[in-house]
Amino acid sequence: MSRYKPPEQSKAGQVFDIAVVVVAIFVALWLPLKLGLAGAAKSIDALDAKTWEALGQNPTMASIWEKLGYTPETAHDIIQNRFHYIIDWPTLIIMAIVLIGYFVFLFRASDREYRDVINEKFDDK
Amino acid sequence: MTAAVETAQTTTIHGDRVSLLRVLGPAHVWALGVGIVLVGEFTGWNFAADKGGALAALIVCWIVGLLYTSVAMIDSEVTSTVAAAGGQYAQAKHIVGPLMAFNVALFLVFAYTMLEVSDAILLGDTIVAKAGVEGLTHNSFIAATIVVLAWLNYRGVLMTLNVNFVITAIAYVSIVVLFFSVSPWTQGAVLKLNELVTPGNALPYGWIGVIAAFQFGIWYYLGIEGTTQAAEEVRSPARSLPYGTMAGMITLLIAAAMTWYVCASLMPWEYLGITYYPLWDAGKLTGSPLLENLLFIATLLAALASANGCINDAARAWFSLGRDRYLPSWFSAVHPRYRTPYRSILFLLPIALAFAFIADLNQAITFSILSGVLQYTFMSINIMMFRKKWPLGSIRRGYTHPFHPLPAIVLFCLCVVTFFAIFLGFGSQLIAMVAFYFLISLWFHFYRYRFVRRGDQFTMPWPKPQGY
Repeated sequence: MSRYKPPEQSKAGQVFDIAVVVVAIFVALWLPLKLGLAGAAKSIDALDAKTWEALGQNPTMASIWEKLGYTPETAHDIIQNRFHYIIDWPTLIIMAIVLIGYFVFLFRASDREYRDVINEKFDDK
Repeated sequence: MTAAVETAQTTTIHGDRVSLLRVLGPAHVWALGVGIVLVGEFTGWNFAADKGGALAALIVCWIVGLLYTSVAMIDSEVTSTVAAAGGQYAQAKHIVGPLMAFNVALFLVFAYTMLEVSDAILLGDTIVAKAGVEGLTHNSFIAATIVVLAWLNYRGVLMTLNVNFVITAIAYVSIVVLFFSVSPWTQGAVLKLNELVTPGNALPYGWIGVIAAFQFGIWYYLGIEGTTQAAEEVRSPARSLPYGTMAGMITLLIAAAMTWYVCASLMPWEYLGITYYPLWDAGKLTGSPLLENLLFIATLLAALASANGCINDAARAWFSLGRDRYLPSWFSAVHPRYRTPYRSILFLLPIALAFAFIADLNQAITFSILSGVLQYTFMSINIMMFRKKWPLGSIRRGYTHPFHPLPAIVLFCLCVVTFFAIFLGFGSQLIAMVAFYFLISLWFHFYRYRFVRRGDQFTMPWPKPQGY
């Protein structure tokens, strides 16, 4: 098998590729932040009566909150800010398809490239 | 244990062939691994309590510890055999193929860069909270942390990891001091576990909360696999890497258990789940100014040690991509005097700075965890392929991990559970990030790969893999 000779990349081409990677990084990481897709999906279950008892805090817990500088009113939004674990099946299925599809593509495409590498490496000998 | 095969690849600078320096021992490997991870005890693990309650945080501490024990066992075998800079990247290149290697390097870079971002945010917020000055923001502290540590890494790996060893040891000792200062053998005097974690609030979301807590349970140990990044700079990889990694895991398991016990015994789970500095808060709640100040300093040191190690690891993964022309070869330069991958260090610096200013702590942590879990999923499959392509006895291994394939199966199953945990509350972030990896993989496979020299990707002196 003849050795594959990659083309030499020009300086402009290298700069362009670096720019592509930088843009991709920022789109992937910054866009979810900008669109509000990142972070915890929580919401506050508001209570009318804002007392330590209503907030489910026993005297020991209440004393610690107070030591940390909180009152029932200021602690309310922390204590009542909860996750609501309802499984959204369409999103879960999409996530599973995206993940499985990604790994299948990754292993299959890698294997095609790997065969080139092995053929060239060992057929030279 | 036989000697590992050592591959010190070189880069040509002004006509001279320059390689990374082999100067590190097992203590540096321990410092690199534990230094990166120990910050997880000072912040981040406690968000597991937010997702599932205090007891869920303990359950995942142990179960995720099992995941990382599998990671350490698998990693020790493969790395002590493929001892090259880039760690898991070099493994993927030799065992799975170039596209997988490209992705693994990106997992590493993002996991470590976002961990560095989290560290810098933690450090800035902790100083601002301590100062208590109105109008003071964390931005200048974040910028100073990232820039100074990048400079330290630019100057040389030995100095960097010597600094890490000292500050990691101080931070670790502070946890031990806190633990023994609060009379852990008695309840009621300082610790009040049975009044704070009650049958009614131990698992506020039930068992689904335990599964959801896996996401931040990862933070107890995330980054221990970073020990492999130093493979080309370790004097004896076959001895130092398994020894340093396993010692690091034991150290972290003990620290995680002590941290949970003290924190869950000192503050309600709702507060524990949202605070940025649980150990510093624990120090405050003991009422001892000495412990409060010790834990404040230790929080800063842990953040510094972690960010320092992360810059080291992310830059080496990026450097490896440039050296193999997976990215422009400009990144593959080694500093002629300091022998460090200085262009990679400098390139990643503004990226870390940018995200430190636009992300908040749990978002940055989630980005890091996502990349980490993708990498662990790869590792579970990678070891299966490694054993199949080169069965035991066909090549020299520095270390052979026991009970194969059990650790790989455990690791894979726990990764699937963790993906589901991330879906519970952070699903959109997960889909966006995987979509990115998918698109950048298409770019690599259909465009960038043309610049890669095929046969040069395989540098180990091994026989042809079985099945090829």
